[in-house]
Amino acid sequence: MKLITAIIRPEKFDEVRGALESYGVQGLTVSAANGYGRQRGHTEVYRGAEYVVDLLPKIRIEVLATNDQVDDIVDVLISSSNTGRAGDGKVWTVNVDEAVRVRTGERGNAAV
Amino acid sequence: MNAGDTAWVLVSAALVLLMTPGLAFFYGGMTRAKGVLNMMMMSFGAIALVTVLWVLFGYSMAFGTDIGGGLLGNPFEKLGLNGVLGTGDSATLVGTIPEIAFVGFQAVFAIITVALISGAIADRAKFGAWMLFAGIWVVLVYFPVAHWVFDFNKDAEGNNIGGWIGQGLGVIDFAGGTAVHINAGAAALALALVLGKRLGFGKDPSHRPHNLPFVMLGAGLLWFGWFGFNAGSALAANATAGLAWINTLAAPAAATLGWLIVEKIRDGHATSLGAASGAVAGLVAITPAAAALTPGWAIVLGILAGAVCALAVGLKYKLGYDDSLDVVGVHLVGGLIGTLFIGLAANEGSPAGVNGLFYGGGFELLGKQALGSFAVLIYSFVVAFIVGWIINKTMGFRITEEHEVNGIDISVHAETAYEFGGRVGSAFHPLDEALRARHVEAPIETQIKVES
Repeated sequence: MKLITAIIRPEKFDEVRGALESYGVQGLTVSAANGYGRQRGHTEVYRGAEYVVDLLPKIRIEVLATNDQVDDIVDVLISSSNTGRAGDGKVWTVNVDEAVRVRTGERGNAAV
Repeated sequence: MNAGDTAWVLVSAALVLLMTPGLAFFYGGMTRAKGVLNMMMMSFGAIALVTVLWVLFGYSMAFGTDIGGGLLGNPFEKLGLNGVLGTGDSATLVGTIPEIAFVGFQAVFAIITVALISGAIADRAKFGAWMLFAGIWVVLVYFPVAHWVFDFNKDAEGNNIGGWIGQGLGVIDFAGGTAVHINAGAAALALALVLGKRLGFGKDPSHRPHNLPFVMLGAGLLWFGWFGFNAGSALAANATAGLAWINTLAAPAAATLGWLIVEKIRDGHATSLGAASGAVAGLVAITPAAAALTPGWAIVLGILAGAVCALAVGLKYKLGYDDSLDVVGVHLVGGLIGTLFIGLAANEGSPAGVNGLFYGGGFELLGKQALGSFAVLIYSFVVAFIVGWIINKTMGFRITEEHEVNGIDISVHAETAYEFGGRVGSAFHPLDEALRARHVEAPIETQIKVES
């Protein structure tokens, strides 16, 4: 099993979620996040005074996947969140030792 | 007495009162979310305090019979508005309106002048110290200066017994470029120096305005009220009021363009804060000149004021004083531009009836305008600095660092402006004893009905 984490543009969230559901992903966790990548943030000007806003709002999506689904889900995430512009975000995966469905106690792939 | 004139001045007075809550929004939106209530409270505090002082003896100090040299009205003559009441033929008049209507119209000028100062000390002044300062400053500075500028009394033989600037020197200040804007701006500069900078001034990105729609709303209310401020200053429903009204439309419109053009060239963006600020800068500048300029010159003045004020607000970063919401950059600078511009572009055909430099009037009027401006500027600055300094050395003018970091709203007023939910570790305790007993006794399940 793997945990897929994706940092995406907030405005792409609906599209990404739709693509994941179409693929057959049954559940996901979403949180609001702030951060920056290579493009850094932006500058705001108030009465001539500049304020640098480095931390930009992003959406963080976490999906638990079985090993045979991982590559497909990563592809779905990338293709649905890509705009080709700086600030599109990042997707990464990590190994997961165990997953348990709290309601039934099912373990492993059955819990995903 | 003229009923039409009276009606117009009473309506104008109400319009001008609305400017102070408008100012509260204008200023409140520019502060951080944790200081918006304090910012608005300083304006509402000015309404409460200045009104009471005005009725008790302020009006008499400003418009009582001169007690020497055009410097001050007799504070005891019209104590508690004694002697200005009366109905029908027994009513005392100012021009064609009852004096009591004039009392109200002038009261709201005193209020907003004091409220304007508060923009310089956002987020860091003890509320009690502010109220004490406001009370002392309005007595020592505003009431006398209103006499200097706005009292046009003559005695029975026609000798001048009015104020030394307006009546004596002949300075043109239609609605208060000197008495209101230069006066407030100079006091604001003094207080900014006495109090020092906010923590993180010029560095902390959270100092940016927390609610720009408030700023736009406030600027809109200010502009609306300003028609009463300027056109009402004709003290009659006549052509002078009409000209002042049109100039109050034209100059701020042009100033908005002036400010936005500077922003676009300098910063790359025309901003909403710039549009609101430009409008206010234009309103400030046209205030003294509303009945002395043709609408064409009002537009020139507006563009000039908008552009210069847009540049002037950056001075605080260069010079290192924290005039938080730019009272100096907008009101002092805008007031000076408008008052001095009269010396250039006033013309005989206007209700003011005097020629400036451009119309062959020479430097005489310009000199008078400069003298009046700088007299008020210096007097207000010096007295505000001394009063502020004494308050700071005795009761202290600033809140503690800890309170400033936590936010002045919660530490000084025990309130916060916004509830976003999710405040961890908070609890509700009713102040009423019986209610508290029931609240504590009742198990939580009976208080909150849970849908199953």
